[in-house]
Amino acid sequence: MAKRIDVKDLDIYYGDFKAVEGVTMTVEPRSVTAFIGPSGCGKSTVLRTLNRMHEVIPGGRVEGSVMLDDQDLYASSMDPVAVRRTVGMVFQRPNPFPTMSIRDNVAAGLRLNGVKKKSVLDEVVEQSLRGANLWTEVKDRLDKPGAGLSGGQQQRLCIARAIAVNPQVLLMDEPCSALDPISTLAIEDLINDLKSEYTIVIVTHNMQQAARVSDQTAFFNLKATGEPGRLVEIGETQRIFSNPTEKATEDYISGRFG
Amino acid sequence: MTGRSTVDEDPRHPLGGDRASTGRLGDRIFGGLATTSGILIVVLVTLVGVFLLWQAVPSLLKNEANFLLSREWSPSGANPRFGILELAWGTLITSVIAMIIAVPLGVAVALFITQYAPPWLSKPAASTIDLLAAVPSIVYGFWGLNIAGQYFQPVLSGIDGALGWLPVFEDQGTSAKSTLAFAGMILAIMILPIVTAISREVFAQVPTTHKEGALALGATRWEMIRVAVLPYGKPGVISAAMLGLGRALGETLAVLILLSTLSANADWSFSIFNGGSTFASRIAQGAGEFDTPQKTGAYIAAGLVLFVVTFVVNATARIVIDRRKAFTE
Ligand SMILES: Nc1ncnc2c1ncn2[C@@H]1O[C@H](COP(=O)(O)OP(=O)(O)O)[C@@H](O)[C@H]1O
Ligand SMILES: [Mg+2]
Repeated sequence: MAKRIDVKDLDIYYGDFKAVEGVTMTVEPRSVTAFIGPSGCGKSTVLRTLNRMHEVIPGGRVEGSVMLDDQDLYASSMDPVAVRRTVGMVFQRPNPFPTMSIRDNVAAGLRLNGVKKKSVLDEVVEQSLRGANLWTEVKDRLDKPGAGLSGGQQQRLCIARAIAVNPQVLLMDEPCSALDPISTLAIEDLINDLKSEYTIVIVTHNMQQAARVSDQTAFFNLKATGEPGRLVEIGETQRIFSNPTEKATEDYISGRFG
Repeated sequence: MTGRSTVDEDPRHPLGGDRASTGRLGDRIFGGLATTSGILIVVLVTLVGVFLLWQAVPSLLKNEANFLLSREWSPSGANPRFGILELAWGTLITSVIAMIIAVPLGVAVALFITQYAPPWLSKPAASTIDLLAAVPSIVYGFWGLNIAGQYFQPVLSGIDGALGWLPVFEDQGTSAKSTLAFAGMILAIMILPIVTAISREVFAQVPTTHKEGALALGATRWEMIRVAVLPYGKPGVISAAMLGLGRALGETLAVLILLSTLSANADWSFSIFNGGSTFASRIAQGAGEFDTPQKTGAYIAAGLVLFVVTFVVNATARIVIDRRKAFTE
């Protein structure tokens, strides 16, 4: 089910402000790609263009192309709603729907797709929670509010919610930055498991995390303050961390970065 | 949502909780003020209730009709007969009409302003509605009587033509602008700004993360509203509706100048195209002639019922809101 992503010459704007310039990259199916780089260099922005979530922000628009296998995400016939059903997203802060139970949170996406049958919903809820390594912890309290879980559990709940609609790609924007180290490890394990079924792109501030979970790493940077962000270098994670081509990458990963 | 620490139960810390915030002068003064005000309000409300009861009971004891079920209203003389049935009906039906129109409309306008309208439109629209909320009710009453009323006649005839076979919609020959239905509509227009303003406020506060969570699942804008905005705003909308209802139930002047009162021997009718009275309008009507304590007591008894109804409405709203609390962080 996983799909390959091809980004070509992508420029991203917020109104008149060009936030990111000239991104070209390929993400293979069933692999994990990590975005690293200093704050404000456009990692989240690029990530959001992979499921057109940047369009939610007033003025957000792109030039260039993003292909999912042979589908152009920005073709005029493409409905952003359909794109987001194919490309799921997990956010920095866990955001389960506060008024919904754990069960309803996971089922929310299916309900939006018009699935009403309880047996189907129940099955997918269990499957997704198992997929997110959360089932054993919550199976006895599926009717309790999702907001009552710990931060790490909430984030796994959000992952369960995202995979419940059976997406082709899973995007994660710093999914562990609000979590403690134990919960972080749980999520990293989960990413390793999910990789066999999904194409995953993860933004992270934590270089060890990038090294641990990803097959491929993309380093973003600003040319200078006020300039748009750009993709400096992308390659196999091991190579990026041991033998980067660009000086800026080396400086950043070795911590010699302002 | 943190658990109670042992300090909370510690009798040496009467304010409970954080030790650092007890005993300082500022905290003591503010805490004292807050506690006093709280107690004062409860005492005042209780006193008002007791006062009303005190005045009402002697008249109620003398009443020769059933207070709750009678339509009669002749509270003076040696054999007073009075009941609130007609007032309860008039109050109920005008408020229900007002709510049926104002709540969905107010919520829709609030959703439009916060979720659909571009910024250049939503800001002025929001301010305008806040302004409308401050217009005195008599203005709405006058506007209804002198301007809007004439346009209601064809509406009334239309509804009567289509649905007149239902007793609720039967034309009673009452002038359109003097009917319960029209009074309800004017009440709706009156409470619409409050309902809208409060709903708008809560909808605007829905965290972006919740909305994006829904959108990222492939929700359309309307689905996002259903999944993220409405559930989050529900307690706020309920409060808004209750505030509006409170105002509709107690509205006096607008209703008084619109409604045609029924004669004492008029046939009972469930039609919304009938005239009638509400608690508040009946009391205002009689206010000029409270000559005997007995007569006054009858009106106060009616006022007391309104007081209790309003109280129950608000308490119910509180309970509804509280019950949802576990699900709102
Ligand atoms: N909602 C927004 N409106 C306008 N500009 C934004 C918005 N979000 C981000 N930007 C700008 O886009 C650039 C990239 O931001 P972002 O993608 O959030 O960076 P990162 O995720 O790498 O920290 C920054 O200059 C930021 O100011
Ligand atoms: Mg970011």
